[in-house]
Amino acid sequence: MNPRLTVATTRRVLTQLRRDPRTVALLLIVPCVLMTLLRYVFNGSPLVFDRIGPELLGIFPFTTMFVVTSVATLRERSSGTLERLLTMPIAKLDLIAGYAFAFALVAIVQVGLAAALSLGVLGMTVEGGVVLIVVLAACNALLGTALGLFLSAFARTEFQAVQFLPATVLPQILLGGLLIPRNQMAPVLHAVSDVLPLSYAIDAMHRVGNGEQWSGGLAVDLIVVLGSVVAAVGLGAATLRRRTP
Amino acid sequence: MPAVITTTDLVVARGGREVLRKISFGVEAGTVTGLLGPSGSGKTTLMRCFVGVQIVASGTVEVLGRPAGSADLRSRIGYVTQSPAIYTDITLAENLRYYATILRASSDDIDRVVEQVDLSDRMGQVVGSMSGGERARVSLASALLGGPELLVLDEPTVGLDPVLRRDLWALFHELATSGVSLVVSSHVMDEAERCHRLLLMRDGTIVADDTPAGLLERTGGSDVEDAFLRIADAGDAA
Repeated sequence: MNPRLTVATTRRVLTQLRRDPRTVALLLIVPCVLMTLLRYVFNGSPLVFDRIGPELLGIFPFTTMFVVTSVATLRERSSGTLERLLTMPIAKLDLIAGYAFAFALVAIVQVGLAAALSLGVLGMTVEGGVVLIVVLAACNALLGTALGLFLSAFARTEFQAVQFLPATVLPQILLGGLLIPRNQMAPVLHAVSDVLPLSYAIDAMHRVGNGEQWSGGLAVDLIVVLGSVVAAVGLGAATLRRRTP
Repeated sequence: MPAVITTTDLVVARGGREVLRKISFGVEAGTVTGLLGPSGSGKTTLMRCFVGVQIVASGTVEVLGRPAGSADLRSRIGYVTQSPAIYTDITLAENLRYYATILRASSDDIDRVVEQVDLSDRMGQVVGSMSGGERARVSLASALLGGPELLVLDEPTVGLDPVLRRDLWALFHELATSGVSLVVSSHVMDEAERCHRLLLMRDGTIVADDTPAGLLERTGGSDVEDAFLRIADAGDAA
């Protein structure tokens, strides 16, 4: 691995994004609009907004980054640039990590905006601290990016790539404790949710939303999330093959 | 002359079918070798073997004295794929800067290669807004970065106007004179006469391996296309 090439890849991906202002606008504005919607859906019960608002703040960047990353890497495969790059002196991890850093940067801006709006204008209160919630949301975005990178290896067409969202992200949201606490689920579902990385991401957002400061439980959540990121990036690099049929 | 590419009994199978059938030949350094044949004859697959991205069923491919696909070959071979492998949503300059970083090429080198493909005045243009021929030249420019010893060019002149095609062939010969080896595929037979040596491919085999003059003399054909037809007819009759 060579940091110079990782940075060059990150810069190239960000340049591609910059030349597509509509995508950038969608990436940054959609979470803000959704948070605003959520706020007024629960207009009569601000406590509900305070309870699930922080968790959703973590899920939005996770899903958008998942989709954007899947499509971007699939495009790299189908345009032939990936095969070309694999004939060149660049490590597979430089490529994958380059992508991960680029989208993580976008995610931080995305979450920063959505959090500023939610806390500053929409009146969401996060007892555990604003900085912590933004950091966690950025980790979730990184998780979305990493899973998108990894799973896009299994998509042959754009249709398949987009279908991976309902296939792999929605179950994680359903089982992640957003709708009902995980310990109230049937034992089988609870066991399944134990191995899904998003469960820990949602748990972390929940803890901070409820006023928990830095704690052992939060640290475990964060380690699981970041561990999943590293694992998915590593697996993503491993699924890239220099030689193909 | 030392061989830059040597293949021995090379077999590639795809979907249960042999797309390259026991191919053996050598390419000499500092020459322009033309790989000619109809679409589907195995040209692209053979080129993919040279750059080490093709899974090979049996046989060997040695490039610049190393097994094809070796890590240390990656900066020594320039590869132009059939459809331009470039980023269409960023500018020419941004494309070349990215590839130059990977190949450790200098910014002087970027100026050199755009000069060579005659796109110096288009550095700020988004590649997606260029014509097909211009995109092919962007792809070629990026393959010239870093001064590779071997250039593997898959149909680099498709869709180019004749003046440009002539200029690019002049460039290929200039590079060959400076010691670079080139393998250029084409399905346009009239490009054959500009090569030092020709490999005629059909159905995954090499049906002729000769100089353009030698090929015409041996087959009695009036041009390379005619020679190819005579060889193909003789093969079908046998």
